[in-house]
Amino acid sequence: MTAFRFLVNGAPAEVNAPGMRRLLDVLREDLGLTGTKEGCGEGECGACAVLLDGQLVDACLVPVCQVEGGIVRTVEGLSSRATGAGALDDLQVAFLEAGAAQCGICTPGMLMAARAYLDGRGGPDEDAIREAIAGNLCRCTGYTKIVDAIARVAGANG
Amino acid sequence: MTRARAVLAPTRRSAPEALVAPPGQLTRGRATGQPTRREGPAKLTGEAKYADDLVFPGAWYGLTIRSTEAHARLLAVKKDPDVDWSSAVVVTAADIPGQNIVALKEADQPVLVPVGGEIQHHAEPIALLAAPDRETLRRLRDHVQVETEKLPAIFDPLASDHVFAKYRIERGDVARGLDEADFILEGEYRVGHQEQLYIENNAMIAVPEADGAVTVHGSMQCPYYVHGALMKAMALEPKAARVVQAETGGGFGGKEEYPSILAIHAALLARAAGKPVRMIYDRHEDLAATTKRHPAIVRHRTGVSKDGTLVAQDIDVVMDGGAYSTLTPVVLSRGALHAGGPYRCPNVRIIARATRTNTPPNGAFRGFGAPQTEFAAETQMNRLAEAIGLSPLEIRLRNVYQIGDTTPTGQVLKESVAGEEVLRLAAEAAEFEPLRGRTARARADRRGTLVPSGPLRTDAERTASGIGLALAWHGAGFTGSGEVHLASVVSVELTKEARIRVLIASTEMGQGTNTIFPMMVGEALGVSADAVEMAPVDTAFVPNSGPTVASRTAMVVGGLCIQAARRLRETVEARNGGKPFAEVYRADAAANGATRIDQQFEPYPGEPFDDATYTGDAYPAFGWAAAVAAVDVDLDSGEVHVRDVVAADDVGKVIHQVLCEGQVEGGTLQSVGYATIEEIKLDDGRYLNDRLATYLIPTALDAPRISTILVEAPYSGAPHGAKGVGELPMDVAAPAVVAAIHDAVGVWIPDLPATPEKIMAALHPATPGARPAAS
Repeated sequence: MTAFRFLVNGAPAEVNAPGMRRLLDVLREDLGLTGTKEGCGEGECGACAVLLDGQLVDACLVPVCQVEGGIVRTVEGLSSRATGAGALDDLQVAFLEAGAAQCGICTPGMLMAARAYLDGRGGPDEDAIREAIAGNLCRCTGYTKIVDAIARVAGANG
Repeated sequence: MTRARAVLAPTRRSAPEALVAPPGQLTRGRATGQPTRREGPAKLTGEAKYADDLVFPGAWYGLTIRSTEAHARLLAVKKDPDVDWSSAVVVTAADIPGQNIVALKEADQPVLVPVGGEIQHHAEPIALLAAPDRETLRRLRDHVQVETEKLPAIFDPLASDHVFAKYRIERGDVARGLDEADFILEGEYRVGHQEQLYIENNAMIAVPEADGAVTVHGSMQCPYYVHGALMKAMALEPKAARVVQAETGGGFGGKEEYPSILAIHAALLARAAGKPVRMIYDRHEDLAATTKRHPAIVRHRTGVSKDGTLVAQDIDVVMDGGAYSTLTPVVLSRGALHAGGPYRCPNVRIIARATRTNTPPNGAFRGFGAPQTEFAAETQMNRLAEAIGLSPLEIRLRNVYQIGDTTPTGQVLKESVAGEEVLRLAAEAAEFEPLRGRTARARADRRGTLVPSGPLRTDAERTASGIGLALAWHGAGFTGSGEVHLASVVSVELTKEARIRVLIASTEMGQGTNTIFPMMVGEALGVSADAVEMAPVDTAFVPNSGPTVASRTAMVVGGLCIQAARRLRETVEARNGGKPFAEVYRADAAANGATRIDQQFEPYPGEPFDDATYTGDAYPAFGWAAAVAAVDVDLDSGEVHVRDVVAADDVGKVIHQVLCEGQVEGGTLQSVGYATIEEIKLDDGRYLNDRLATYLIPTALDAPRISTILVEAPYSGAPHGAKGVGELPMDVAAPAVVAAIHDAVGVWIPDLPATPEKIMAALHPATPGARPAAS
């Protein structure tokens, strides 16, 4: 067991864990942040996608030893700038209004992929958005409304 | 008769002047004024609690020891005597307090294979193990020793003589019809397994209670199926088995029957350990062990007259049920009833059977037998059109059911028939005929001038585009006498605190139950949807409104809730001098306390269905769907890219525009995946594609742009006219894609999925297995 320190959604976190413990388990079980989901455990579905130092990663493939000193952002941190209970940021509002979340299990990872795309100054071009979320599987929506929601925010920002 | 109408829909939120599209135009986006998804904010912030997110202090972890053979006798299950078992529990069939049966239709599937009994499929549960932590669990799993004696296995459903179910539907005289036909076309179509691939794996947590009672929390579609299964296997009274649905991350039929066995497993371990036990499948186990769509072999012999009028359909359907019956008889029934497609034909014979093989049991998956048989029917129809020189649109217009037509079971279609409407709308919006003319010219230009494959070909030269059309019908609600036997109950309650609550066991799994029920009930009561609450889905509180399957929730359960709400409104208004419910319900609750209305299903009007003769009204009404798919086929690799799909779906009544579109879009993509990439191969009865790295579903890049046209041809037997939407789109995109592949490259792929290998083999039959040149 080793102590690892990093920032999660702006707050300092310290966990004692074996270095190869998956970031996914650290988030869900050690830190109680269950918004990040496990879909396959082998980096195929993107349900566990989070931002590590601004990069989109699958938390099931990242050992906690690689997170030491890093900055982690999860779905729970998306609306941190918004205020009030159940507050949503612009991306979450767009997902809600466009109908981009159905069963919701891919949604946290999908939102993080979208956030990474928007933070990288991605625009409303449909093909670019599809490319940006190609590592995140959704079985409910057919992706149409997810692409629409991201394009709506990208368009408003642009 | 009510004429179908296309739904008016806003196109862009930012352009108020263009908020309403003319009838029949593409709809996309947000419907102004409709509520957003009720549990949406919880799902978008990560607060929503799915089964694996629930915390039970002191809970143990459970796992399943499974067979590694397809057919064998179980001789012994032993715990390694050299290992310390004091901090673990092992459960075998001998520990089951009730009957060793997973209660469903037939009593053939054991909870665990008993010693001396037969293992019937690979990955069949043999024993259960639980421990306080995952490390101990992993360490001990290899010390549970299973001894077996291998038995011969059957994998070919055509060769199996164990028949789970068979049906015969007959109308007119097929032999005479074929004799009189100007042209006869035969065809054989095959479809393989398809995995539901909900992104949340199956998951269940059992909590032991006093006096042997148990509560399970999990991911599921049908709480009362789980409840019934727990009672039977655990020998519990109704109140001693409690089932609570957690937020459910997709189902698509895959959480219709499977959660029952998982709940029993968790309950057995919880009882043995005296602790809550978590049974959370990983993706590999979920793919290897849980139900899939039934593979099927469908043979058609169709007679047509010179003008393209159908005169005879002789259809033979065989489905592979897997090792246990599960829902196979009902899946086969729906498959058989839809096998002719949405076309009038005076002489029809449909013979269907489902047999047992030593493969994991197949079960419910969106469409429930219809996607298999309608893929065959539609591909046959497209081949017929080609054979007699009619356009795929024209042959359908000449044969599609109209009001007054009779189906093969003798059901007269009296209303709510919109096959022609959806066909015309989809074809027009997709510019089907003009584009088909263009692709035909391109195909003709290419003929004989093909540059040999290789680096000399440009991207344009190696890409062939095609467009394809298909049409489907989907029986609304349960088949035949299903709803009558279910006798579902719903409740709408005005509590003494003046809260309005809907109590149903119908689950939210992404499709929108939580959002549309407050809308329906609110409208019936004359209050806003926001004023209506949904009770938690917990069998301790909600009545049995039936399973969340068969696209029945909005139609059947929604209809019952509207009726209950109307009665509640009448009751309250009568007590208050006829003043509107919205004005008086708070005062009424304060004065009179709670008022709860229970509403039970009563049969829809129509001819009762006779299960013995397969005659009568198979469904109260049908939904109708058309799809036009546009594809690009890479001539060097055989790879198919589905670029666009236009889907026109008649759902009777659109309750929520965005959610309804979402159903059509999602179902369309599952059907596109079925047509192109979703495939399971088996080796000795074991699925080879048992990981997400090998079982592929479409990504955002694989997915076409999907444009939806919603059509409303209401059904008068339901108070709101709704016919359901969930399964309808699943029936129709796959045959449209296969037709588009044919339009592009001139070959028919009669077995799904239409993989690059099959397309290359069809394009170059003289050189089977030849590898395309690198490009």
